[in-house]
Amino acid sequence: MLPGQVVLSRSCRSPPHPGACAIHAADQPDLAEPAAADAAVELRGITKRFPGVVANHDIDIVVQRGHVHAIVGENGAGKSTLMNILYGMHKPDEGTITVNGKQAVFSSPSDAIAAGIGMVHQHFMLADNLTVLENIVLGSEPSRRGVLDSRAARAKIREISDSYGLDIEPNELVENLGVGDRQRVEICKVLYRGAQILILDEPTAVLVPHEVDELFANLRGLKAEGLTVLFISHKLDEVLSVADEITVIRRGTTVRTVHPAEVTARQLAELMVGSELPVPELRESTVTDVAELTVEHLTVRSPDGRPLIDDVSFVIHKGEIVGLAGVEGNGQAELVEAIMGIRPAESGHVLLGDRDVSRWHTRDRREGGIAYIPEDRHRHGLLLEAPLWENRMLGHQTERPNTRGPWIDRGGAKRDTRRIVEEFDVRTPGIDVTAASLSGGNQQKLIVGREMSGTPTVLIASHPTRGVDVGAQAAIWDHLRHARAAGLAVLLISADLDELIGMSDTLKVILRGRLVEEVDPHTVTPEQLGSAMTGAGPVAAGGVS
Amino acid sequence: MTERLNRLLLNVIAALLAAIFAAAITSVILLIRGDSPTLVISQMWDYGTQRSTELTIVNGATVYYLSAVAVAIGFRMNLFNIGVDGQYRFAAMLAGAFGGSVALPNGLRQVAIILVAMLAGAAWAGLVAVLKVARGVSEVISTIMLNFIATSLIAYCMRPSIFGVRAGNDVTTKPIPKSGQVGGLDLIPKSGGKVYGLILLAVAVGVAFHVVVNNTRFGFDLRATGRSASAAQSSGVNVKKMTAVTLVLSGAIAGLVGMPALLGDSHSYSSITFQTGLGFTGIAIALLGRNHPVGIAFAAVLWSFLDNSANILDLNNIPKEIVQITQGVVVLSVVVAYELVRRVALVRQQRAVGRALSTPTGTPVAEGAPA
Repeated sequence: MLPGQVVLSRSCRSPPHPGACAIHAADQPDLAEPAAADAAVELRGITKRFPGVVANHDIDIVVQRGHVHAIVGENGAGKSTLMNILYGMHKPDEGTITVNGKQAVFSSPSDAIAAGIGMVHQHFMLADNLTVLENIVLGSEPSRRGVLDSRAARAKIREISDSYGLDIEPNELVENLGVGDRQRVEICKVLYRGAQILILDEPTAVLVPHEVDELFANLRGLKAEGLTVLFISHKLDEVLSVADEITVIRRGTTVRTVHPAEVTARQLAELMVGSELPVPELRESTVTDVAELTVEHLTVRSPDGRPLIDDVSFVIHKGEIVGLAGVEGNGQAELVEAIMGIRPAESGHVLLGDRDVSRWHTRDRREGGIAYIPEDRHRHGLLLEAPLWENRMLGHQTERPNTRGPWIDRGGAKRDTRRIVEEFDVRTPGIDVTAASLSGGNQQKLIVGREMSGTPTVLIASHPTRGVDVGAQAAIWDHLRHARAAGLAVLLISADLDELIGMSDTLKVILRGRLVEEVDPHTVTPEQLGSAMTGAGPVAAGGVS
Repeated sequence: MTERLNRLLLNVIAALLAAIFAAAITSVILLIRGDSPTLVISQMWDYGTQRSTELTIVNGATVYYLSAVAVAIGFRMNLFNIGVDGQYRFAAMLAGAFGGSVALPNGLRQVAIILVAMLAGAAWAGLVAVLKVARGVSEVISTIMLNFIATSLIAYCMRPSIFGVRAGNDVTTKPIPKSGQVGGLDLIPKSGGKVYGLILLAVAVGVAFHVVVNNTRFGFDLRATGRSASAAQSSGVNVKKMTAVTLVLSGAIAGLVGMPALLGDSHSYSSITFQTGLGFTGIAIALLGRNHPVGIAFAAVLWSFLDNSANILDLNNIPKEIVQITQGVVVLSVVVAYELVRRVALVRQQRAVGRALSTPTGTPVAEGAPA
């Protein structure tokens, strides 16, 4: 199968007829309307307004008992608000919630829990220094004469673990567990409280592919026992493989409910977006033979001596986009950090043009012309609580127009921030608002705008369109294309295989810290690339597994 | 701009509410003791506004201010320099010994003494920097430990065979002669004394702190590191170097804390009579003043007012330690209040942004609704 990180794999790339992939609401009857007979959850006309924003309106969803029901939508479409309403964290302004045929009003999560609804959050809420058992019972401890009755708790956890195949060891310390195990503990925690209806908020976001498989096996186990699962995601391949029904949310409201057998990933994506998707593609080659970034025999080791990057060499030319494909955790982050001088390399060289920058500090490399779009914009790309114009300075605080000698040039920085906001279409009421108040897509556009400012010769773009909406994605691709035409050398790292294939002049595959293969982006399919990434077989050998 | 004004207003209100809350708690305790809060307040106010008390308040606030700025420099970068106390005492001792023994022309001598104090403070904090950068030792631990070590080292240095000179029952450093002293300013007439001349130094430090933090590249790097070390590193800040420089700078300012009293009043250092504990007071004042040069000034004056005006209470059989409760509560509640303000302001802004973006584009929600 394709790795779990593959976002939006469009099985309908280059369709025979342009219209073949679009579905029109009129073509098919809406499945959600009748059939509320055996509904576990029924949401009708849910509307929720926050001051100035309507987060949800006229939401209609019917979730059948014993189904895995997926809710998909873009970031900011209102999925999380909806689930928070169902979990009692927000009260809807209008509409009704019906659970197991009975109308319910939740004023807090404990009401929802009492009604048999449990939520597994995207970010785990476990105490590392407690055991699995202690974490599970935390907040609803069984006691005997005022003392924690761990024997009863252990028995109950074992029972839950066995009947749903969760494979949980109650005495293990949580800090020793991997991500997938922790998630199972979270699920067990919810089941322990008697949940019949589980809400899973983006459960696969933190998992590696085989953990995703395990999770899906668990979900099928829960389903077999008659439990209902609400599965929130924007990874369409996963949704299609695990869900019985899929409800699409766009701009705060339910658009359609469909059966996975009836739609392709691309159709779903278009339902999510409400229009045809932008296609990542490059026009004529602008590649020159001037080497802008040369990496020679670069090796990076972990503190315990394991090679994270193992003898990696490549060249990026002026006007070339080099894509780096790989399952996450195969050394991409380390490679980027080594190129940026954030992580020390053990051996090898990094050449910027013909200057050896291997021993340069990060700031010197940036001043030397390397622009950097970091993978995690919140941790590495922004000062969330600082105003936009200070964020425009970040990473460029030694350059005009932000500073003049040792002094900050407020006027210059602000003027240039306004230019970026304008040119890169950052949706913001002003440049004095904090970065935290912008949506992810607009934050990313600000970062892209900032990094394209000045005269960079090399751009290191780590997941430049991750977590941004389709409009911003198209805009960022446009900027990359323009910069490439203007001679920028780009290293593009992405988990979106379509983006990689469409936007790269040269495509390399990284596996366990080594560049294992170079593939032709014009001929390779996402499936071939996916199997090359997992080491299942080289594309060159024709090995499509 | 209005956004910034709003935020400032919210912060001022938060500080005032914290002060009122602290006064309320203190009143309750006074009532439990059977004392009248209004009487206590009026006594403190009457005594605190007398000329002679005003003088001690201003002089006290001057040293508090320096100490708080030293702490605030670290705070702006998420570094907790708990060691200002040891740094300033060590610096004052060395500066006193230097001033009493090295002859330099008038004018130059004061400057030299102050420089020695800054270097000594910086060196003492430099140990913390080395431990942190090279070995990863938490500065909280090492600064606290170095406070104790400073105490012992000072006691050792004050032996007559090294810097100590007998002066009655006390052992001090050799007194600094007239040519090395800094005269007072007659700012408060009829107070029977003079304001430390080095109050001007405190003002200069405050201005420099403000300018450096807000208007220089160095200050930007410092604030960026304080807000997010990972983002600062990606932006090219050498975080280790920044940490070391900031700690050393904080120590240099800490070295100044003892100077107003040393050069303007006692003229010699003594482990017994020289004021101790200023470094810890500085932490509280920096918190109260939100690490802002102007905020710290107000906080230092308030703190000094409480300290000095409370002296009247003992005469009326009310323990003056009651103000320590006020001070403690005010710091605790102000920290909570500022955090609340921060969150409220953030959410308000996010909503304001959401509102501003949703109105001009018309009704983004109208489309896509089924039936």
